[in-house]
Amino acid sequence: MTDSKKVIEIIKVMAEIIHENAQFLTDLDAPIGDNDHGINMDRGFQKVLSDLPGVEKDDIGAILKKTGMDLVSTVGGSSGPLYGTAFMKAGAAVAGKYEINSSDFVAIMEAAVGGVQLRGKAEKGEKTMIDAMIPALEAIKKGVSEGKSPAAFLADGVAAAKEGVEYTKTIIATKGRASYVGERSIGHQDPGATSFTLLLESIAALY
Amino acid sequence: MVGIVMVSHSKTLAEGVVELARLVAGECPMAAAGGLEDGSFGTSYEKIEAAIDSVYSDDGVIVIMDMGSSCMTTEMVIENMEGKRVEMVDCPMVEGAVAAAAESEGGASLDEVKQAAMEAAGEAKF
Repeated sequence: MTDSKKVIEIIKVMAEIIHENAQFLTDLDAPIGDNDHGINMDRGFQKVLSDLPGVEKDDIGAILKKTGMDLVSTVGGSSGPLYGTAFMKAGAAVAGKYEINSSDFVAIMEAAVGGVQLRGKAEKGEKTMIDAMIPALEAIKKGVSEGKSPAAFLADGVAAAKEGVEYTKTIIATKGRASYVGERSIGHQDPGATSFTLLLESIAALY
Repeated sequence: MVGIVMVSHSKTLAEGVVELARLVAGECPMAAAGGLEDGSFGTSYEKIEAAIDSVYSDDGVIVIMDMGSSCMTTEMVIENMEGKRVEMVDCPMVEGAVAAAAESEGGASLDEVKQAAMEAAGEAKF
């Protein structure tokens, strides 16, 4: 079981890992995007971090919702509405709960991935964060259905997300800002798929 | 009159398009929501929300965006404005804004203003 306190800890780790990788994510964005992904994500998660004390006593749904709202209002790039929607939908999936189990986590991930697809209207194979998210979700669902421990199914999810990131290197971007550079996007990994993988790794780090 | 909001990653681009459209329709309520609070590039939820509120009336508001997060962030702002008549228009920023402003100043309805902006997409420049 995971309680509100642990969710707060996970979000702190997310903020830390995004901060450490801010320059890396921005550098990935430079050749194919608008050179701001890491800076934007870091600004968003720093705001999330500063607002955490205000939601410490809340249910997990409310904590995730607040995180999403902060990302929407402070990130400033596409990752704001995308991750913002992901966290807000994830929050709605566990509204009112102070403790969650593995099947709740599947519901969180399904809602988050569904939220990103709803907002960004992206499908697999367009060189976006979806290319890491869908394989990760499938691996996690499989792991949970096989009765694996959180540490094990999260490790499966991270491995699948990393494979997704590798896959984004091989394809042409047809969605988002990178679609403007067309064929020149081949060889570059997608910054959004990378940041999603970092966020999933942040969760896995605490199990 | 139908209000018009320009959303862009760039503060100067959003303001510039409003400036240009004002030459055609000085009476039309228009507002710019460009860049982040600190003036850097990006789209700000708060700025878009404030810009819509500043030109809102019962006649409604149309919002014209540049690309990417401008559209997604605007979509989220509108979703949270239940009951208000606010619509996004998919059109070229400059031509769409000028056409919409002229139509709005002429007393057109929200649907007519939206239509005028969308038709601007098909017009050849030369």
